[in-house]
Amino acid sequence: MESGGNYSIMERFRTHVMLCSGMNCVDSGTMKIKAAFEEELRKRGLEGEIKIVLTGCNGYCAHGPVMVVQPDNIFYQSLTVEEVPNLVEEHFLKGRPYQKLLFKEPEKKLAIPQMNEIPFFKYQVLRVLRNTKLIDPESLEEYIARDGYQAAAKALTQMTPEEIVMVVKDSGLRGRGGAGFPTGLKWELGLKIKSDVKYVICNGDEGDLGAFMDRAVMEGDPHSVIEGMIICAKATGSRQGYIYVRAEYPLATKRLRIALDQCYETGLLGKDIFGTGFDFDLKIFKGAGAFVCGEATALMRSIEGKRGMPTPKLWRSAEKGLWDKPTVLNNVETFANIPQIILKGADWYRSLGTERSGGTKVFSLTGKVRNSGLIEVPLGISLREIIYNIGGGIEGGKTFKAVQTGGPSGGCIPANLLDLEVDYESLALAGSIMGSGGMVVLDETDCMVDIAKFFLEFTQTESCGKCIPCRVGTKRMLEILDRVTSGNGKKGDIELLEELGHYIRATSLCGLGMTAPNPVLSTLRYFRNEYEAHIRDKKCPAAVCKDLITYSILEELCNGCGACKRACPADAIRGTRKTPHRIDPEICIKCGTCFDACKFKAIMKV
Amino acid sequence: MEEALQNILTTYLKEDGNIITILQDVEENFGYIPEEAVIWFSKKLDIPASRFYGVATFYAQFHLKPKGKNVITICRGTACHVKGSERLLRGFRKRFNLPDGEDTTADGEFTIETVACEGTCSMAPAVLINGKVCGKMTADKLAREIKILKGKKTKKTADDNES
Repeated sequence: MESGGNYSIMERFRTHVMLCSGMNCVDSGTMKIKAAFEEELRKRGLEGEIKIVLTGCNGYCAHGPVMVVQPDNIFYQSLTVEEVPNLVEEHFLKGRPYQKLLFKEPEKKLAIPQMNEIPFFKYQVLRVLRNTKLIDPESLEEYIARDGYQAAAKALTQMTPEEIVMVVKDSGLRGRGGAGFPTGLKWELGLKIKSDVKYVICNGDEGDLGAFMDRAVMEGDPHSVIEGMIICAKATGSRQGYIYVRAEYPLATKRLRIALDQCYETGLLGKDIFGTGFDFDLKIFKGAGAFVCGEATALMRSIEGKRGMPTPKLWRSAEKGLWDKPTVLNNVETFANIPQIILKGADWYRSLGTERSGGTKVFSLTGKVRNSGLIEVPLGISLREIIYNIGGGIEGGKTFKAVQTGGPSGGCIPANLLDLEVDYESLALAGSIMGSGGMVVLDETDCMVDIAKFFLEFTQTESCGKCIPCRVGTKRMLEILDRVTSGNGKKGDIELLEELGHYIRATSLCGLGMTAPNPVLSTLRYFRNEYEAHIRDKKCPAAVCKDLITYSILEELCNGCGACKRACPADAIRGTRKTPHRIDPEICIKCGTCFDACKFKAIMKV
Repeated sequence: MEEALQNILTTYLKEDGNIITILQDVEENFGYIPEEAVIWFSKKLDIPASRFYGVATFYAQFHLKPKGKNVITICRGTACHVKGSERLLRGFRKRFNLPDGEDTTADGEFTIETVACEGTCSMAPAVLINGKVCGKMTADKLAREIKILKGKKTKKTADDNES
């Protein structure tokens, strides 16, 4: 961990149990574990010595629920209510790590107790996520104990707006929302424009599929976002700000609201902050569920209470944004980077990353990777390091096929580019984008045409309908993909997809349309043969596209347990108990339910 | 209804809200956007009903029809997709014989929805059962959950035990 931090807040208790309350862990039972823990500590008379803290997302989501014992830094995974008494007995009474719940190195099965020694954590550098597994996100004091609001104090009492802008510019920080526009430049524009009213907006409308970085920051360290916004307000001369939070994130909204209330109570927001005469008001606006609202102008229309439709960029938002007033808009992760940059300086920030892309980036690593979760790494790290060193490779012993970055606006990067160094330019050159930081790992059982269709279906549905290239163009592309995946592809379809894709990219009004063809174009670039197999041979090589495959039962492997028959929603499976079953191809809807239900791998799809 | 609407109006005036915040409150109160509510606000605020509908039909959060007693939300994020969420969706719709364009079962017991991405990608495929996230879902597990929900409503009739 980069900063040693200040643990003074923790002195009253001998030990702290940092129980992850990120979504993935909570869904696997964190709250039950907490109750069992409290009960057990009470029984053993330890409640005055050991404190349980619900922290933000730990990141190691694949093995939830997880917890870290501090200050020993011992990591426990796959917690269960039943194991809590043993854990308390071993660790807190006998004083030795409880072997059974420690992380085990997959090959030699050696236990690794220290969190920092576990490969998943070892290769990470935590700047944005430096607090998420260490503090109670609902406690202002704990944030302050980790240098919280020192940067805001420095910016407000010792720095001029020009100086703040200069530091941010020198740091090389680029917008973490996707496009990578230099943050300092944006702030400089905001500062230069003269206006009686200016706004600062935080874009927390994390709409990309397979991305949950901003959620983790808003839920796990909400004050860092607020502090970044206060500094931005000072730098650009704004007195009013909004945090736009995605509708699907109720916990993030709640945590931000608690943090805002704490700031107003203590004078960190409102009138005359730090006695400097500087005023700043901050409000939360809940989004209502529209992907296009991640686009700056659409987001502003949404705050104005309108349909979230983008407006032509005749001028920059820094000149004319929300209610036609100058507006500086950055995303959650960008703001969360700011306090550390102000405190430690531009050179410190640039000490990691590449020449053109400084600092670290948070990624959500998901899909067919063994250690899925939330990670933060220096830019310039290779995809191979991310997927194999941190991610632990592909799950189930399958072969890596591609990694999808950037969500619906991004593309798929194939195996021969695994050594690509990740930064904004290199990903763009490879036909994808950095995007907000979603990374979905795909293996040999994923059909690339299906993936492209999946994303296009999404952007097609989410297209606001304002401009024709996006509204009609994506529809036509989707029709072609539908045709291809259902075995009705024609010669020339690939060329037509390419032509349409290029036109849509060149002529759409906003980023949604301009990037919508990316998943198709990038898979065409690297996996053209799969498209050809669908069109020419009417085959889906990965056996995914349902119209091109048939399901059947291998008699020799079927023991007639009846699991498939019970699971089949179409009643297409015949057979009596303990004798091999059979699928009626006439009735089968190819939903694949039986394939998932069979424990004996007796169901074939070809 | 009148009282609930009045409360929403008071909040709107106090907190300097807009059409979206009104509709969010209506949706939260009633589970959907009833036509009466739109007309009521349209008259009170002298804003054409069409503007309310313009917003309500634009955002995924708003529903114009009431939902079923139980809401099953299938996550359609990328990680869930590659782990079979489409198969879950297809299987579920077939099980209840839902025609295209219809999301609620005829008896009003179940509504099936999708969400673009729930952000619990490590639990893929994720399904929300009445708002509670259930991860690593399989068709089998989902069928069991549905059976439990059905059981609760009808107190386990012989019919349910059969299915």
